[in-house]
Parts: sequence; structure tokens; C-alpha cells
Amino acid sequence: MSEAAVPAWLRDAVAARMSVIAVLAGVAVVAFVASLLVGPTGIGLPQDGEAARMILWEIRLPRAILGALIGGALGLSGAVLQGYLRNPLAEPGLLGISGGAALGAVIAIHTGAAGAFALALPAGGLLGAAIAALAVMLLAGERSGPLTLILAGVAISSLAGALTTLALNLSPNPFASVEMLFWLLGSLTDRSLVHVWLAAPLILAGAALLLTTGRALDALTLGEEAAQNLGLDLVSLRNRIVAGTALAVGAATAVAGTIGFVGLVVPHLLRPFVGHEPRRLLPASALGGAALILVADVALRLFAPFSEVRLGVVTALVGAPFFLWLIIKTRRELGP
Amino acid sequence: MSDTLSARGIGVRLGGRRVLRGVDLSVEPGEIVAVIGANGAGKSTLLKTMSGLITPGEGVVTLGGRSLAELDARSLGREIAYLPQDRTVHWPLTVRRLVALGRLPFRARVAGPSLEDRDAVEEAMAAMDVAAFADRAVTELSGGERARVLLARALAQRPRFLVADEPTTGLDPAHGLTLFAQFVRMAAHGRAVIVALHDLSLAARYCHRALLLKDGSTLALGTARAVLTPQHLAQAYGVRATVAEIEGRPVVLPIEPLP
Repeated sequence: MSEAAVPAWLRDAVAARMSVIAVLAGVAVVAFVASLLVGPTGIGLPQDGEAARMILWEIRLPRAILGALIGGALGLSGAVLQGYLRNPLAEPGLLGISGGAALGAVIAIHTGAAGAFALALPAGGLLGAAIAALAVMLLAGERSGPLTLILAGVAISSLAGALTTLALNLSPNPFASVEMLFWLLGSLTDRSLVHVWLAAPLILAGAALLLTTGRALDALTLGEEAAQNLGLDLVSLRNRIVAGTALAVGAATAVAGTIGFVGLVVPHLLRPFVGHEPRRLLPASALGGAALILVADVALRLFAPFSEVRLGVVTALVGAPFFLWLIIKTRRELGP
Repeated sequence: MSDTLSARGIGVRLGGRRVLRGVDLSVEPGEIVAVIGANGAGKSTLLKTMSGLITPGEGVVTLGGRSLAELDARSLGREIAYLPQDRTVHWPLTVRRLVALGRLPFRARVAGPSLEDRDAVEEAMAAMDVAAFADRAVTELSGGERARVLLARALAQRPRFLVADEPTTGLDPAHGLTLFAQFVRMAAHGRAVIVALHDLSLAARYCHRALLLKDGSTLALGTARAVLTPQHLAQAYGVRATVAEIEGRPVVLPIEPLP
């Protein structure tokens, strides 16, 4: 194709988008490496070869991989749901899947299964996510559109939340309560390569499904009827979104607990840079989510080593002020 | 295989209410057909049914002899472009990107836009006179400008049948006329336009045929001249109207509601 065949606006747009992706990927890679090098004892690795090997491979590597995957899952799922519902306030938790995963994990702690065998905790989370996804689909009905789906998701989410507090309330002993609470706050501490093997295939499969929705989400910009006229199959889209979120966010929550605000904030942050087409936002949000979680986790280790501050708390602490800023910005744009 | 978009014996129920009953309409290439009638007469439902968005409970819509239900959504989108009445755009896309959405039924799964895609987009923007603000966000435009952009999206599909639901609402007189000039051009190129309208003078002047609906049934179907009579308008809309000719063009003037 000759140079003249590609208009300048298109070249610029591709270049701008590519540079955003490149910057995000660069930040994610740097944060990933930093995550391998930074520990509670400072920067770098111990001199002792055997200890260094163990810390790197069995503690920091799983943590970094999970951080990248979980952040990516949350950012991607948030961008997909905001596109699907055409609402910038949508986030992965709306479908009730993370609530279900949290409930499953809390039940695993409550029943003592998690104490008996370590993987019962993430397994309970996965089971909870799967049940929540099925319940949402059943409740919404076969041909439901975005609105019914979200109503079903909110209902399941509240139910899972109520049962989670019930489990906390009926906790067999104070240690179990503390364990449940800390788990609910969300963390990447003390996760092993086994967690990676458990979560990675599911998160990647879910992300692959979610990444197929880009064009359908673009078409939805025009409303459901015009989108259908452009070849969009609404039922298939909904199924891919629920299945993809169940896999990606369900697995993420099952191994790391609930980490809020990433799925809400990251698409917002990136929209001014990649444009408002939902499809363009998907890969960028996945990278942005990964970068955000990795940076937050490294910052936590650098600035608050040995403290019990959890990752989910940090993301909420960053997320809530951001939200306030968003409100003020919107008000300024709409106001007199 | 004939290239006719044909609705036969269409009956549609929405939420338990009977919206259409026994409606027939066949549209040939090269025709502009107006669908007219009072608010709630079933115009929009008929247009959606003929675009394959609603499966009728009774009757069948065929394209070239094949039922629309047999065609997959993407090939339907290459043949029939549907322009909804609702002009909501949910994200502040630029005009060019929004018009380019009209090429989605033609795009391979991962491929970028082809030269034909780009041609179709530029041509549609030129036809609807929106190229001047191609890089502005659609949400910043006025209502009439946005209506033209949305129409350009449908034109970018280069459809054999354009089904447009009240496309002239909110357009200034000049752009209303430009729009119908575009329809006439499309018809001359062997495409067909089905358009729901409330501007009866435009219907009388530009549409070859008209279907007049009342309470979901056909009140009249025929040439625009034969359908747009004072008697029919009184029955369909409950208005006293006069049909005149000014500078050789038909004008339909509603005068007063009938008691």
C-alpha cells in the first residue's frame, strides 16, 4: 500500500495509540522487575545463593505474576463492562462474581477446610464465582439485555455480601474472623507458584474471551438496535462477557481476595489517552490494571514493609480520592 | 432471484399489545417508499421488522425470496441498513469513527479497514455534509448535525435497502432537502429507501409509493399521490388537510384537527 493511501489522521491515531500501549507496557514491565527486586528487607536479594533463589522463585515471582494477571483481569473486565452497560460507573463487582468468589473463600475458612488443606481457599473462591455467574444468568433469563443482567448481578452481589457478613458474624473463633477479614481486604502476600498455576490459565482464558468483545462494544455505542443491524449478536456478547468475567475476575478474587477500584478507575484514567471507543480501551486497560496493581504492591513493600496494610486497602485509598476528583471534574465541565 | 424486500401478512405483538396486523409491503430496488401514520400507528415496529430486528409473530419478511430469519446478522447488515429514531450516542466518538462503525458488517475478524471501507466512510461523510467536523466528538454537535452523522453511518454500509425511522426530524430545511436528494441518488443507483415520515410534503414530493398505517393495519398503500388524499389523512390523523401544488411540487398542508 502506498504512503498516500493511508491518511495522516489514521497514521497519527495509530501512532498515538501505540505509544500509549508502549508506555503502559513499559511501566508494567518496570514494575514487574521492581516487584522481583523489592522485598520487606529492602531493595535487592540476599547474598546467600540458596535463600536468594528461594525468595526470588517462590515468593516474589508468584507475587509479581499474580499482580500482573489480577490487575490485568480487573482492568480489562472493568473496561468491558463499562462498554457493555455504556456507563462509566460500571465495574467488575457489579456482576456479583467477585462477591460470589469472596463468599466461597470465606466459607472455606469458616468450615475449617482452608486450614485442613491450603488450596481449599482458592477452590472455594472459584466455586463461589462459578455459582454466582450461573445464578446471575439464570436470574436474568435467556434473552436478557444489559439492564436485566446488571439487576441480577446487583441482587446476587448483595446476597453474597449478606451471606459473607453472616459467615463473619458466626465465625467459630477470633482467629478465623481475622483470617476472613484480612482475606476480604485483598492481598498478594504469601501466594505461591501453585496459586499461579491455579489462577493463570483461568485468567488468561477469561481475558481472551473478554478481548473478543471489542467490536461488539463499539457497535453498542449506537444503541442496541443499531448495533444489531451492524451484525452484533447480543446474546453471544452477553454470554462471552459473563463467562469471561467469571473466569478472569473469579480466579483473580479466588487467589487474592477482593481488590476494588482498579476495574473502575483504570478505564477512566486511560480514556483521554486512547479515545472513547470501547475496543481501543480493552488492551490498554488490561495493561494499565496490571501496572497499577504492580506499582501499588511494590509501593506497599517499599513504604510500609512489615505492616499489615493490605493491597485492597491501598487500591481503595487511591481509588476513592480519584473518584472525588472525577466528580469535581465532571461538575466543572457540566457546571455554569 | 429477485431483489425484493417483501413483508407479507405481518403481525407483531409487543408486551401483549397488538402493534401490527396483516401488513403487506414489497419494496423493489430503485424505489423510495414512505411509511406514514399517526403516532403509535406501528411505523417504527414495521421498520424494525423489515430490518430483521423483530421477528414477526405472524407473516414473514423475505429478501430476494429468503426469509430474514435464515440470514445471519452480518450479511443482513450488508444488505439492509437500519437507522433508529433514537439518536443517543453513548460515548463521545469522533464523527469519522462513528461513521466507520457502518463498516463493521464488512470487516474481517481482525483486519483493519480496507480501502473500500475508507472510501465508503469518506463518501458517506461527504454525502451528508459532515466531513467539515469529521474529527469532532459527536456528542458536541447540535441535534441536526448529529442526525446527519448517524445517517452517514447507515450510508457507509452501502446498503441495498436503507430503512430510516424519521430521519428528517430536527434537520433544517436545506439539510432535509439534501437528505432526500441523497435518497433519490441512491434510488437511481438501484438501491431502495424505506422511510418513516411525518413531513407529508416531503413524502408527496420524493416518495414513489406510500404506506399509510392506522392502529397497526394498512389504511392505504399505493402511489404517494393516491395515498395522500384529504380523505385518507382525515381517517389516519384526524385532521382536515389540503393537498396543493406549488411551483409544480405537491404540498400537503394540515389545516385543523377534526372535531
